[in-house]
Amino acid sequence: MPKAFTPKVVTANHLLAGDVIYQTADGWTRNLSDAEVLTDVADADLRLIEASQQVDEVVGAYLADVAVEDGVPVPTHFRETFRATGPSNYAHGKQVELS
Amino acid sequence: MYSYSEFDTAFLAERNRQFRGQVERRVSGALTEDEFKPLRLMNGLYLQLHAYMLRVAIPYGTLNSAKMRKLAEIGERWDKGYGHFTTRQNIQYNWPELKDVPDMLDALAEVGMHAIQTSGNTIRNVTADHFAGAAADEIADPRPVAELMRQWSTDHPEFQFMPRKFKIAITGSPNDRAVTKAHDIGIRMVERDGARGYEIIVGGGLGRTPMIGKVINDFLPEADLLPYLEAIVSVWNQIGRRDNKYKARIKITVHEHGIDEIRRLVDERFEETRKTFSGVDVQMLREIEEHFAAPAFVAKSEAPFKDAYHNDPVFRSWADMNLTAHKADGYKIVSISLKKHGDTPGDATADQMRLMADLAEEFAHDELRVSHEQNVILPHVHVSDLPAIHARLKEAGLATANIGLISDIIACPGMDYCALATARSIPIAQEIATAFDDLKREHEIGALKIKISGCINACGHHHVGHIGILGLDRAGVENYQITLGGDHTEQAKVGDRVGPGFSADDVVPAVERIVDTYLDLRTDETEEFIDTYRRTGLTPFKAALYPETKVAAE
Repeated sequence: MPKAFTPKVVTANHLLAGDVIYQTADGWTRNLSDAEVLTDVADADLRLIEASQQVDEVVGAYLADVAVEDGVPVPTHFRETFRATGPSNYAHGKQVELS
Repeated sequence: MYSYSEFDTAFLAERNRQFRGQVERRVSGALTEDEFKPLRLMNGLYLQLHAYMLRVAIPYGTLNSAKMRKLAEIGERWDKGYGHFTTRQNIQYNWPELKDVPDMLDALAEVGMHAIQTSGNTIRNVTADHFAGAAADEIADPRPVAELMRQWSTDHPEFQFMPRKFKIAITGSPNDRAVTKAHDIGIRMVERDGARGYEIIVGGGLGRTPMIGKVINDFLPEADLLPYLEAIVSVWNQIGRRDNKYKARIKITVHEHGIDEIRRLVDERFEETRKTFSGVDVQMLREIEEHFAAPAFVAKSEAPFKDAYHNDPVFRSWADMNLTAHKADGYKIVSISLKKHGDTPGDATADQMRLMADLAEEFAHDELRVSHEQNVILPHVHVSDLPAIHARLKEAGLATANIGLISDIIACPGMDYCALATARSIPIAQEIATAFDDLKREHEIGALKIKISGCINACGHHHVGHIGILGLDRAGVENYQITLGGDHTEQAKVGDRVGPGFSADDVVPAVERIVDTYLDLRTDETEEFIDTYRRTGLTPFKAALYPETKVAAE
């Protein structure tokens, strides 16, 4: 039996700034909590293809697992936690940019 | 220090012009990422976890004050005010934006620096002993040879698309500080019957499959160096595996074919390559050597040093830990620790870089080095200037007296920055350094090298750490494997894995148990950790780390 599909977001790096971005219903956001949560496998595949075609805006789009807590997507793996916040040795990256 | 010729300057300007055009075409959408990626990698530009990362080559780790100031300026202007010195003697900027990178490269070119071949399947930056040209135990300064190899390997048409990357290290001292046995090619300058030559070691490397290099030629005459290196790289370029990137490095080629067969193939190829070198390479080496003439050492009173040493315990502690014997009377080599307890190993702020540049210019014949241990070296300092240097380092947070101690940790950027990492390295290094500093134990413990990598690629050299720590992802949780007894010197050895890994919370206590075990076992305080480990082996350390296993076995 195929593995049950878990919620996902489309994420990538921004071509010019290089920082982490997440797909929304009509564009991109730098904040994971504003990302569009995809709960259907066919929909997720389609949204990833759409993201990957935006070659002059994004680099390396992929589907990342999330959990939904209080209606907001949160990372399920520590790598995605770091991508969503920034490095642990300095207050740099999203942890300051989003605060 | 080598100064660029007209040819070097023109070559670099042209490369930078090309890259500026490539970036413009990528931004406009004319180039896809698949087309652009190999081009940016050829110029040292990676896309990491949070941002682009620019890796700048510091050939054989040698800088002068102008270059160091330029690195500071770049960190301040286009990054977040700092840079990260790496185990390959390079510097990395963690936060550049794509559109700024051509300007950064132009700024580097102003001082004869670049990021060419700091990535990609090419011959990478040639590394060397960070005490080169200064060490008391040196046979010869390896930097002119390293510079010759830099010129030979840069943009070498045959070696731009090899099976994998290729790293060369050279030492001019019998005490190997350049980790030559863990490089694709390691070169040791040697003398035989009064003649200068090279011992060539091939097939070393860390990473997924750690291997200690093997001697392919125990005495290569000086004049044969470049044709012989070209023969080695050429043989590997042909028979090295391109079907599997994990088996592509020359260490696997040597392992699969055997060193004797590789030697035969290289000798055969060498017969061909030798004919193509007319001797101009040796002539060039002589010219390059003139750029590396020793500075005019001076004789001065040593009284200021002696006074400070007797009267200032903080200075004395620093002098005891951070100075190394110099070949010239009255001189010392100063190691500036970039490992202040709790800070990120290898990081320096723009202000710190400027201070180090100032000190080099005022007191150290305008020379600086970056060590593979992620510290900065002032190679030529008269002892009378040490108190003034120490005072200024102290003000800048750069006077930590811990060279070679447990807090002088090598750590790769790990998952705080690196897209390849499987776990973080930096916080583990910070926690270990802080824990042992809190207890003021590190001087009692003595020489002990901890090396931490955040993935199996081993940029943090964990295999050759006395205590090696490898960060992995175990079922979605950071987990740290420990190895013991690794050695990065001329007695190079890959460490022994102690057993199952530890969680991030448990790894510092595990290191403390290893250290406590060593302190219990050592014959006296003159027996260093690595010597105790060699004497006792893994068993007592394993018992201390996994007591429950011992109970179960009884």
